[in-house]
Amino acid sequence: MSNYSVRADALLKTFGRRLIFNNLSFEFKKNGIFGIAGANGSGKSTLIKIIAGLISPTRGSIIHTNEGKVIDSEHLHNYIGFVSPYLILYDEFTAWENLSYFAKIRGVKFDEERIKFLFYRFSLQTRKDDYVKAYSSGMKQRLKFIFALMHKPVLLIFDEPTSNLDDEGKAVVYEMIKEEGGKNIVIVASNEKTDISLCPEIIVLENYKE
Amino acid sequence: MKSYALFQKDINSELRTRYAVNSLAMFVIVAISVILFSIGNEKISENLTGGLYWVVIFFSAMSGLARAFVSEEERGTTLTLQLIASPSTVFTGKLIFNLILVFAMNSVITLLYAALFDEFVIKNFLLFFITFVVGNIGLAVSSTVIAAIIAKAGSKGTLYPVLSFPILLPLILTSVQLTLFAMDGTRFGEAIFELAIIVCYDIIMISASYMLFDFIWKD
Repeated sequence: MSNYSVRADALLKTFGRRLIFNNLSFEFKKNGIFGIAGANGSGKSTLIKIIAGLISPTRGSIIHTNEGKVIDSEHLHNYIGFVSPYLILYDEFTAWENLSYFAKIRGVKFDEERIKFLFYRFSLQTRKDDYVKAYSSGMKQRLKFIFALMHKPVLLIFDEPTSNLDDEGKAVVYEMIKEEGGKNIVIVASNEKTDISLCPEIIVLENYKE
Repeated sequence: MKSYALFQKDINSELRTRYAVNSLAMFVIVAISVILFSIGNEKISENLTGGLYWVVIFFSAMSGLARAFVSEEERGTTLTLQLIASPSTVFTGKLIFNLILVFAMNSVITLLYAALFDEFVIKNFLLFFITFVVGNIGLAVSSTVIAAIIAKAGSKGTLYPVLSFPILLPLILTSVQLTLFAMDGTRFGEAIFELAIIVCYDIIMISASYMLFDFIWKD
């Protein structure tokens, strides 16, 4: 089990005059599966971007700690695995090359055995040397999970995790979410009832609109 | 090492997509051809030759150097980069890429200029070489940070030269002056004031870029 925690204090996010959410506080500790639910445009993606340190809240703070030490924004990316529909991998490289570059740029070891296992788990082992531009949308979604898991992150953030996936792909993802939720923090932002049903604790963004 | 890995990724991506190199090469050829055709058989002054040399460099830089960030934004891979690298790693990697591109581009421009313009004769080669190196570093640093700023804008093509011009003006003016000194054969000691200006420009731009890039890159 990880010793990681994410604490949000009184988050407010606005885009111009439009309020996305207000006074949103939560704490995710050690492990578990946490859900973020809300209608289209309710701010799910905005909230997970704030959690991942990709954008700043208008007010309030978000603090990541590991083993009791606060993680600065310069190193935060090494603790996070992220999947989202707007995450794009490099079309001009093969899947394997993409992951190899990502490991080098992250400054972590390219663990070939783990990557091969992840390719096998997501049923892409025969297509790992194909260019990403030749992948279907479902295959790209599977590859994003390999990208998210390759460096063994302790915080996994999944936005619409099952979009574009077939039933077999969904089953693999659900199994992985349950497995990772037992040892790490997994955050799932989705509209899908089946996705959200995996989460014992859910933040409903409609409750933070005033 | 992480920045070098990002640079390697960009170089391999460029070799496969020819995103920046083709537009740069075409621009350099077209710009020099237009100058040659417009001059015709006229004999132009050394002052004008040195000035036009930096005009070609400035607009060539404007046509290709923004690609380092614009290509990531257009392909939607900016988020991916944000998820795998710290802002300083991204800036350093992109800066190395643009430095290589600027030095390669300007070496070609200089060789073409020397071959095609009889008036472009360098008498103080050391002064020209130092101007070339320090000027190109300033050009690459400024262009990289401005490219990061304009990458998210709607009208990137227009905004890039407009935003770059006032920032690059001190560098271009001083570099033009130093190039003229090198063509005149002015001694090194007499050009020390102008050299100090472009060295200071480079130091200020590198420091400011690293301090500001975190804010430019996120949000």
